[in-house]
Amino acid sequence: MGAVSGMADDGRAELGTASSGAEAKDGGFDAALGAAWLTAAADAVAREAERLSMLDAAIGDGDHGTNLKRGFAAVAAKLAEGVPATPGAVLVLTGRQLISTVGGASGPLYGSLLRATGKALGETESADVAALAAAFTAGVEAVAKLGGASVGDKTMIDALSPAVEALRAAAEDGVPTAQALDLAARAAEEGAQETVPLRARKGRASYLGERSEGHEDPGAASTALLLRVLADAAA
Amino acid sequence: MLTNSPETVVADALAGLAAAHPGLRVDAERRIVLRAEPTRPGKPALVSGGGSGHEPLHAGFVGHGMLDAACPGEVFTSPVPDQMLAAAQAVDGGGGVLFVVKNYTGDVLNFQMAAELLEDEGIEARTVLINDDVAVEDSLYTAGRRGTGATVFAEKTAGAAAELGADLDTVARIAERTNAACRSFGIALGPCTTPATGRPGFDLGENEIELGVGIHGEPGRRRAPFAPADELAEIAVDAVCADLDFGGDAMVLLNGMGASPLLELYIVYAAVVRGLGKRGVRVVRNLVGEYVTSLDMPGFSLTVCRAEPDLVDLWDAPVQTPALRWGR
Repeated sequence: MGAVSGMADDGRAELGTASSGAEAKDGGFDAALGAAWLTAAADAVAREAERLSMLDAAIGDGDHGTNLKRGFAAVAAKLAEGVPATPGAVLVLTGRQLISTVGGASGPLYGSLLRATGKALGETESADVAALAAAFTAGVEAVAKLGGASVGDKTMIDALSPAVEALRAAAEDGVPTAQALDLAARAAEEGAQETVPLRARKGRASYLGERSEGHEDPGAASTALLLRVLADAAA
Repeated sequence: MLTNSPETVVADALAGLAAAHPGLRVDAERRIVLRAEPTRPGKPALVSGGGSGHEPLHAGFVGHGMLDAACPGEVFTSPVPDQMLAAAQAVDGGGGVLFVVKNYTGDVLNFQMAAELLEDEGIEARTVLINDDVAVEDSLYTAGRRGTGATVFAEKTAGAAAELGADLDTVARIAERTNAACRSFGIALGPCTTPATGRPGFDLGENEIELGVGIHGEPGRRRAPFAPADELAEIAVDAVCADLDFGGDAMVLLNGMGASPLLELYIVYAAVVRGLGKRGVRVVRNLVGEYVTSLDMPGFSLTVCRAEPDLVDLWDAPVQTPALRWGR
């Protein structure tokens, strides 16, 4: 937790210098940002597919990158046909595409995350950090319910949960969208790193028992990657 | 590897499956395999599916007396709910749909979503989870016991019951009872290689074997030095018999994992029959061969099913599928 509060301090310091300019152009999380994020995610996942699959090969069956690449390519293709009017609808559409194309455990888990987050955003045309944090919380709860995983089980929850916490803290501190998303991405990256020593308790890696220790969880790694792409799209 | 490209492995294999078996209807676009004949009105329909790489499971068990449809996923990757929904809608004859699901996180989650979608469509659905792999001892801190050879027994007995006029609840109960009567244990002499990675899924030393391996090469109970076939058979028999009292008669599947010749499987089978006999278990039905494979993995899995009389009758009932056919 020390690292997280340190980051928040950094955030506030930056806020002082950037706020006047940033506030004017802080459009929040809108449909355009959502579409930009998910289109960039298709490129990023394709670029990192090999790395994600290698992480999976160590404690799973080595197809996490391939499966996500197929799913996000389908998402990008769908968004190229037309972008829905609201950010919520963009996320719901993305969730459906992932469920229909990824398979494995990642398809339903990422699909539910985005669908539930999108539904929680409702009809809003632009979500501020507080609304985004609330919606994202609903999304992460949907993942936890579907997969039955808790923090420390060495899953994507270990990256998602700290990211949600960071986003909520950012909302309370009045941090602008781009910076809040950067804090969330950093928290997810740290959370993913913290899965390295953990022993897997869910999914295929759980059969390795202690042999799963010493490896980064591929689901937590892809979560951190996706949130970094979102932060970059908002910057 | 006999492939054209890693991306087209499943599609290319489905084209071959369709060409080889006119009794099947392969819908390449929706990625589902159906019987050529429509479902008899009122008969509960059996739908299964899972990652590819375990052939003949599941598409090889589509046909009279077993499955009505199968949904093949990518290699070692669960199929998606759209496939399951399309398959269920295609084969529902008004008697509802039974999903036969092997206990792997991906399969469970995707079938769960499909069942919810099916409910919205007004089609009655039941799900039976297959989890017969005794190698997984610690179910609290893992995703639970995996589904392996019991799938063949459950699809056979439940499929026969459906054919004989049982309703959906009865068919589901038969599948559950069959799963509860089965125990399996696998031993790998080496890893398997997925087309996508082109690399072995795990490393084993020159003279090392994996005891209790899963059908995707998941680790089992422990690694051990290589040993003669009779000793390996004894380890597998001991593992399944320690977990369930088969008390008398049993049906046995001695399954090749993909790269072990039938010659070797027979050597193991002889020892399995002896080992079960020593424990007072008489084998009344058997299958020896490749039924639930793991790509090119060398090794075998043993599934023993307690031979409850009605389950044996259902096992003996006529079946006509690419991989199992008798009595018709």
